[in-house]
This record gives sequence, C-alpha cells and structure tokens, in this order.
Amino acid sequence: MFQFIFKKLMLVVPTFIGITLLTFTLIRLIPGDPIEVMAGERGVSPERHAQLRAELGLDQPLLIQYKDYVVNIFHGDLGKSLITKTPVMEEFASLFPATVELATCAALFAVLVGLPAGIIAAVKRGSIFDHSVMTFSLTGYSMPIFWWALLLMLVFSVNLGWTPVSGRLDVTYWIDEVTGFMLIDTLLSGEEGAFASALHHLVLPSIVLGTIPMAVIARMTRSSMLEVLSEDYIRTARSKGMAPLRVIVVHALRNALIPVITVIGLQVGILLSGAILTETIFAWPGIGKWLIESIARRDYPVVQGGIMMVATIIIVVNLIVDILYGVVNPRIRHNK
Amino acid sequence: MKKGLTKLSLALAASAFAMSAQAQTFVFCSEGSPEGFNPSLYTAGTTFDASSKTIFNRLVEFEVGTTNVEPGLAESWEVSEDGLEYTFHLRKGVKFHSQKKGFKPTRDFNADDVVFSFLRQDDPEHPYHKISGGSYEYYNGMGMPELVKEVVKVDDYTVKFVLSKPEAPFIANLAMDFASIFSAEQADALLAAGTPEKLDLDPVGTGPFQKVQYQKDSIIRYLGNQDYWKGAPQIDRLVFSITPDASVRYAKLKAGECHVMPYPNPADVAQMAEDSEINLMSQEGLNVGYLAFNTQKKPFDDVRVRQALNLALNKQAIIDAVFQGAGKVAKNPLPPTIWSYNDATVDYPYDPEKAKAMLAEAGVTDLKTNIWAMPVQRPYNPNARRMAEIIQADWAKVGVDAEIVSYEWGEYLKRSKEGQHDTVLLGWTGDNGDPDNFLSVLLSCDAVGGGNRAMWCNETFSDLLEKAKQISDQGERAKLYEEAQLVFKEQAPWVTVAHSVVYKPVRKEVQGFKIDPLGGHHFYEVSLKD
Repeated sequence: MFQFIFKKLMLVVPTFIGITLLTFTLIRLIPGDPIEVMAGERGVSPERHAQLRAELGLDQPLLIQYKDYVVNIFHGDLGKSLITKTPVMEEFASLFPATVELATCAALFAVLVGLPAGIIAAVKRGSIFDHSVMTFSLTGYSMPIFWWALLLMLVFSVNLGWTPVSGRLDVTYWIDEVTGFMLIDTLLSGEEGAFASALHHLVLPSIVLGTIPMAVIARMTRSSMLEVLSEDYIRTARSKGMAPLRVIVVHALRNALIPVITVIGLQVGILLSGAILTETIFAWPGIGKWLIESIARRDYPVVQGGIMMVATIIIVVNLIVDILYGVVNPRIRHNK
Repeated sequence: MKKGLTKLSLALAASAFAMSAQAQTFVFCSEGSPEGFNPSLYTAGTTFDASSKTIFNRLVEFEVGTTNVEPGLAESWEVSEDGLEYTFHLRKGVKFHSQKKGFKPTRDFNADDVVFSFLRQDDPEHPYHKISGGSYEYYNGMGMPELVKEVVKVDDYTVKFVLSKPEAPFIANLAMDFASIFSAEQADALLAAGTPEKLDLDPVGTGPFQKVQYQKDSIIRYLGNQDYWKGAPQIDRLVFSITPDASVRYAKLKAGECHVMPYPNPADVAQMAEDSEINLMSQEGLNVGYLAFNTQKKPFDDVRVRQALNLALNKQAIIDAVFQGAGKVAKNPLPPTIWSYNDATVDYPYDPEKAKAMLAEAGVTDLKTNIWAMPVQRPYNPNARRMAEIIQADWAKVGVDAEIVSYEWGEYLKRSKEGQHDTVLLGWTGDNGDPDNFLSVLLSCDAVGGGNRAMWCNETFSDLLEKAKQISDQGERAKLYEEAQLVFKEQAPWVTVAHSVVYKPVRKEVQGFKIDPLGGHHFYEVSLKD
C-alpha cells in the first residue's frame, strides 16, 4: 500500500513543474500591459511607467522572473497582488473557505440526489422513473449555468420569496469571521437564527452548482449499475434466493461504485477549484471569481499563485481518489 | 460594543426579517470589492465609495449632488495675492473613530493629520511613503508633486500649502478622494508597533461612517459615527453587499435585499422605470465619449477634412443605437454638468452632401483610414464596436473607406497614446469637476503623447487654458474656457459623440439620496421611510 501511495506521489512532481511553467508563460502570452490596464484612460507618464515596472519586478528578464517565482514558491511565498498589494496566500486563505463550503454542499446535493436516482433508475430500467431521471439529467447536464441560476433566482427568490437572492448571510447578522466557514462562524457566534440564515443562503447556489455533477453522477451510476446487474454473480446471488435489496446494495452497488467514485472525485476537484459563474451570480466570495477577475486585471501573481493552489487541490483530490480505489478494489492496489 | 451589537441584531432579528422593518440598516449593492481602504493608493470608484466617501473627510469637499467645493475639515481658507500660498483654518473638536479592537484616539483632529496625509504622498523619504506599494497614482496624476512645494503647520489649527506656480484647480484637487485626511496618531502607533501596512487596511477617519468589518468579495460593514462633526448620520448601520452581476443587483433590489444599486444593465432600465417599488433616478454623467482624429497624420492635419468627417456623422442615430436611452449627443468636450459649459456652441449638423464637397475641396478622394474601437464597456461608450460600425457606414456614404481595428485594452491605450491610430474612440470621466481636468488633460499641447489622443497642439487653445489656470476667480476662468470650447469646435480635433446618462435605481423607501455627478455614492444624508 505504501509503495502504491509513494508511486502516486512521485508522479505529482513533474505535474507541478509543468503547472508552474504553464501558468507563468500563459498569462504573459496574453497581450496587455498590467500597468496600462491599471492606469486606464488616465494613463501614466513613461518615467512613472518604467518606475512601476521596476517596482513590480516586471523589468527583469523572463528567466529571472521565473526563477524568482519558483524559489519563492519553495519558501511558501506566492507574491503579492499587483492591485490590492496583499499577499496572494492571504487572499486565497480568506476566500477558500467560502468555496469549500459551497463545494461541499453542492457535492452533497449531487451525491445524495444523483446516486439514489441512478440506482433506482437502473433497477427499474425502462420505467417512467427511469425515463424521467434520464431526461432530467440530460437537461441538467446541458443547462447553461448562468441561465439556470438566474431562472431559479427569479422564481424562488424574487417572485416566491422563498430564498435570499445572493450573499452568504442576512445583513442583520454581524458575525465575527473566525474560520471563514459561515456555517461554523454563525454557530460560534451564538446568535439566534444566524445559522439558519447561512444555511438558507446556501440552498440555491448549491442546487445550481450541484446540478451538473448530479446529472453526471446519476447517469454514471445508472449505466454502471446496469452493467453489474447483468453479471453472472448477480444472477447467482438472486437464484440463491437472497433478498433483492441485499443483492443490490451489497453485491451490485459495491462493484458498480468504482467508476462512480472516479466521477465523484473529478467533480469534487472541479467544484473545489471554484465555480466562476455560480460564484459571480450569487455574489459568493470564492476563488473562481477571484481568479477570473485577476486575469482581467493582468494581476500576474494572483493568477499564477491562485492557479498553483487550485492545481494542487485537484492533484490532492485525485490522489485521494486513487487511494480510495485501492481501498474499494484490492485488484488495483496489487496490480503493479 | 460587541454585546451591544449582538443585542441590537437580536432585537432586529426578532422584530422581522423583512428589510422595511429594519429602518436603521441601509444596504448598498456595490459592484465590486474595494482595492483597499486607503483612497490615495488607488483609482477605482468602488474603492472611493468604500473608503473616502464613508470613512474619511477632506479639507474641502464637493457639495453632494454638485461639483461645487464647500468647506470640509477646513472651515475657511485664503489665497495669497500671487496665488502661491493657500492657508487653511481647520475645524476644531473633530473626532477620529475609535476602534473596538485596536486604535483609540487620544486627541482631536489637528494640523499634524493634514501634514501627515500629504507628506506621506509627497515625500519619498517619509516613513510611510513606500508602505503598501507606495504608488500614489492620483497624487502623481494630478501633478501634485511638482505643484506642492511645501506643506507647513503654522499652528495646531492652521496649515499652509506653498505652490510652485499659481494653479486655480488646486482647491478642487484637494476635494478629491486622494486628499483624504488620515490620523497621524494612528499612523505613529502602527509604525511603533511595526505594522504600518495596517493603516491602509483598517484606518480610522473623521467621516460619517466607521468601518467595522470587511470580508473580501462579500460584505463591508460600517457603523454610523455618532460623534460626526456634522451630526450623526440618520442610518445606524451601513452595509455594502458586494454583487458583481448587474441582473443580480436588480433582483436583490426588487427582493428588498438592498436599497440602492449602481450601474444597472441598460436593457433593464425601461422595466425599472415602471417598477412601483423603485424610484429610477437619472442625471447626465460627468463624462464625454469622443472620436479623436490623429491630427499629426495626413489628411487629418487638414482642418477641412476633420470638419467634413464631423458633418458626415448622424450622431443622434449613434446615440439611439448604442446608448439605448442612456446617452445624449455631445457638442462640447465638457459635459453639461460642469461649470463653464458653453451652451452657445453650435454643433456640426448631419450634412453628407456638404461633407463630400468639403472633402473634394481639400483634395481628398478615396480616403482609406481606420477607426479604433475600444474592447471594453464604459459609461461614455457602452458598445464601441457598434459605434464604430455606424461611423463606418456613415463615412462610406461620403466615400471614405474605414477599417475597424481593436486591441486588448492595455495595448489599445498604449498604442493610441503613441498615435498609431488614424481615428480612435475613447472617452473621459471627470475627477474633480474642474473644466481644466477635461480640457488640459485631453487637449493641451502638454498632453500630446499622453491623454491627448488627437495629438493636437493648438497654441490659441493652450494659451487660454494656461491663462485660466493662473486666475482664481471662477467667473473670469469660465469666460476663458467658454472661448476655448469655441476654438476647439472650429478646429474639430474630435467628433464629440456623447455624454452618458447615469441611472440610479433606488427603492421607494429611500429618502435623501442624491446622484453625485462625480460618480461617487454618498450615504450620510440618506434615511429610510417606515
């Protein structure tokens, strides 16, 4: 098992080097001078321009800039934002909890709805339920997120008034930021109703963000279950007179879950890297929105550092998924 | 304090969830996060709303809703005969905010605070100069380092500014956001504690609201300053709910989750006007969108060609198509909300026949040129591409073949500054309501290679501006600027295209909100009707 994990870890090293190179070069390939973008119509004098370039370290040759960047990463320093002058790590740390909170809720929604729906659809293959799950998941999968979000918002928030439009907490609650996780902070604050309000604010964004993963999981579970259900050993189990529920849950599901875990892992990785559209629409202070705004402002350190962090998260999540495989399916861990 | 807050919010929560019941909390759905909380370090309006308009005061301030300057932390001031010395008499008994955790002032506002706030930006040796990146774009951009020779504390309540040359717009500059007054006492305390950068994140000011909490990209919370020198604000709590998407801001406004929203989608404006819960306020913006001819390139060095191309454009059609009701035709380079706007200027009418004749007279046939279209949306030009297409079509009718060119925004600004264009679409939003801030920045000889995209240097015009800068009497200055606008119109270095109309949707229960022609948002005078 250790050897298995070690091998997976070694594969991470070249991936990291690749990521630093890619983020570093890609943002510099986009035309546009960060100082001109900062100055806008106002413009800066050529002297001031040169001075600012020097202050920001942009006057150095690219190789030196890259070397500095990599050396700093090893010191845990991702640089400072060109715009806010705050360390990138600090900004990331202040925004990441919001992303995690939303991603977790969205993933829970996706799994809790997608998995059972897929299983039932497979077991009751050809039924009305099966057809409606498949239709609904195909629709969910191909739905443009911004449209879906605005639609739900208009119906449930503006017209029905069931859910808040956006934000993380009702403005009447003034909660101290302790962990950055609103659900935890509201509990810590001890203010009555605050936790409920935070939960209430999570409903719509979680559904919106969880829709695509839910559809993917439902479809994947269904097809994987169908495959397993047609296996000989299932027939054997059934013919032995085992309870149908036991056959499905113990015999079929465990095997059917392997590809589903891959999909869930990939989806969670994507969710954790921040949801640009959902975060923007629901004014959710997460890292997706932060990154996209930084690209527009040519905020090199934030883009480099932010993508670095996101890539790290995706790599870690994938690593965990790989290890989980090993746990669920011994064949994988023993196949060298 | 914390207990008090908790009690208050419990009481509020118990009373009702609906916004209307909580008369004291005012919510502004702002469009983005501030870059920081020190307005002298940054240039974005979003930052100014969150810092200078709420937390700080300046020596002189713009009267809200106008571009007139009124006393702020200075009760009065005198200008010396030669226009080189400005002496300010400071207000007494003005208190700085006291923080729950952190700085607690031991003295009132005085001359030390003024000297600190300016020297930090002016003196490269000042201990605070290099803190937080130390780039003072507005202070530099307004030419203050060359202009201000000295800032002298005469006594605790008198400060003297010595200038290197007479400059009438100086007073208006002091009302700008970058001139906000910080607490020198807080700065000293933070420097002694070894954390000077905290001054730019969590500053105290003398303004109507005290910053309590900021969660990046989410929310900013302020408490009304009960000791404010103009009297406590009517709202106890002010919340900026950061909402970047305009459709969502509108949804929040409708649902009562905020009271005022900036920058509505032009497409939503018609619906807002009919909404019974919303009061749609509007005003002409302090801006101008223009098409500049590169007057250093042939044939645009010929005034007849520039005039002809002005005549060839149907500006009203452009406004109708591009602004969807959110724009007005411009005839001057100054917007009508600014003093000295010359209403006597006669614009070039739409006359393609005459345009053709004038081009022929200038010996220009089969002219091939380009129109640069901005890649970004601005209030003064919400859709530059569309605008360029209409101009292209209008010019085609007089035999001019124009190609539309665009670059990434940073490139666009850089290349147009260098004069690589034939004609370029751009615009300007005023900083301080002074006509000089439009005319000098955009059209003077000094601005060629900078803000002067027409690369136009006219001595008569520039002399008028220079003269106007030396006089402090506003009436006298206005005459010179009015004359300058006529010279400009006759010489036609630009097509003056449009001034935007700014819309501000406000909920019906909001009282006392005024549109700021300078683009800011002020909440001191607002209140909520039950």
